[in-house]
Amino acid sequence: MKKEESSINSLGEDCKWTDLTEGLQIHEAATSRFFNTGEWTAIKPVFLADKCKQCLLCVPCCPDSAIPVEDYKRQEFDYDHCKGCGICVKACPFGAITMEGVKK
Amino acid sequence: MAKKNISGNEAVANALRQINPDVMAAFPITPSTEIPQYFSKFVSDGKVTTEFIPVESEHSSMSATIGAEAAGARAVTATSSCGLAYMWEPLTLAASNRLPCALMLVCRALSGPININCDHSDAMAARDTGWIQIFSENNQEAYDNAVMAFRISEHKDVRLPIMICQDGFITSHAVGVMEMLSDQEVKDFVGEYEPEHYLLNENEPMALGPYAISPYYMEARRAQEQAMENAKQVILDVSREFAEMSGRSYGLFEEYALEDADAAIVLIGSAAGTAKDAVDEMREKGLKVGLLKIRVFRPFPADEIAKALKNVKVIGLMDRSESFSTQGGPLISEVSAALFKNRVQAQAVNYMYGLGGRDITVEMFEEIFEELLAVSEGKDPIVKESGRAYRYIGLRE
Repeated sequence: MKKEESSINSLGEDCKWTDLTEGLQIHEAATSRFFNTGEWTAIKPVFLADKCKQCLLCVPCCPDSAIPVEDYKRQEFDYDHCKGCGICVKACPFGAITMEGVKK
Repeated sequence: MAKKNISGNEAVANALRQINPDVMAAFPITPSTEIPQYFSKFVSDGKVTTEFIPVESEHSSMSATIGAEAAGARAVTATSSCGLAYMWEPLTLAASNRLPCALMLVCRALSGPININCDHSDAMAARDTGWIQIFSENNQEAYDNAVMAFRISEHKDVRLPIMICQDGFITSHAVGVMEMLSDQEVKDFVGEYEPEHYLLNENEPMALGPYAISPYYMEARRAQEQAMENAKQVILDVSREFAEMSGRSYGLFEEYALEDADAAIVLIGSAAGTAKDAVDEMREKGLKVGLLKIRVFRPFPADEIAKALKNVKVIGLMDRSESFSTQGGPLISEVSAALFKNRVQAQAVNYMYGLGGRDITVEMFEEIFEELLAVSEGKDPIVKESGRAYRYIGLRE
């Protein structure tokens, strides 16, 4: 996902205390997109496109909205935001998602 | 300006009626119950347009107050003792999320033993929650401080919640003459609340209370601490403006016959009135005694207090809240730290008084002053005989 301009981008870990917003309030919507929670996981699901029937059962099961859909078809995982919970693996009736992809 | 013969609770309820806040959420607890009781009658009688939320607990009243304030409303609650203790968790959230709501506290002892009467253990237990704390000596001060509350808390340099404290029963229920401002004067003084950011602003979605990991938490606390530092000047400015309107002046503390005093006591709250009588009587006998009554405990005016006490030989530090440090209570430790930091060399004697509503009389204050004067002259009956410079006043022993 491309980095868009956001007011929170100026609040990196090098910001000073005087740079913070009052009470750390965030005056903008959907800023979680700029927080790559995908960095938290050491394992990730692998999408096996040839086994997928596009039933889309995996999509609403994802707690992080990390399975993008275009033209009624699921796409590759959004690894910037997938935390590797594996719920999608359990939700898939066709074995089209595995957790084989262990990093390192 | 009309003279009224009313209690401290009725005075505060009337201040709130004149302020006409957007929301009041409250749960009854002695001795603060009358404030929401009077106020809910104002609501029923159409004297205010406030949304009154009767809740099931103080945790909820504080949470509802926070929610309303976050939504963009001017919100207030009231409580005492265990009620404040039950609010403890959300109290810190009101402060850290910079929500300038108000709490009318009627000070009552914390359990146990269970007791409904006055001391400051409830307020003092909440002193580190990030709230501004202003104490009142009588019904007039409780009213005046309530009128000033939102001007201080909502100031752009502050934006912190504010606790207006008065003494349970002693001022909350005792009826006394006080002067009430006109409704229009209060309305003009307090003004409208127009927050820059609020949850119900459909043009600006916002997130409140985000998680702050360790690279942010200290910076967040420092920023919150700065708001409290700023509050000191704002309190003085608002108080000055209030004095211009009302003719009643308030500072961070009150100095009473302090300028040339050899012996002085420092305390908070309603006992100051009794102490002033003792000071007057002893001054008539030519004894140089004085009083410093703290009005603002958070932010704590440490340097200002030390400066005011710099020429006093012996200081009696008087707490109405036991903190079990074995040295005294919070007032004692904070004033002691202020004196040390400012290299004030005065000797201090620590006193605990008035716990659980125990009376303190003019005669008791005179005895305290006599002890302090004896210490100032090198005659040291307290420390020499008992080896203990920390005493309970009026204790049976």
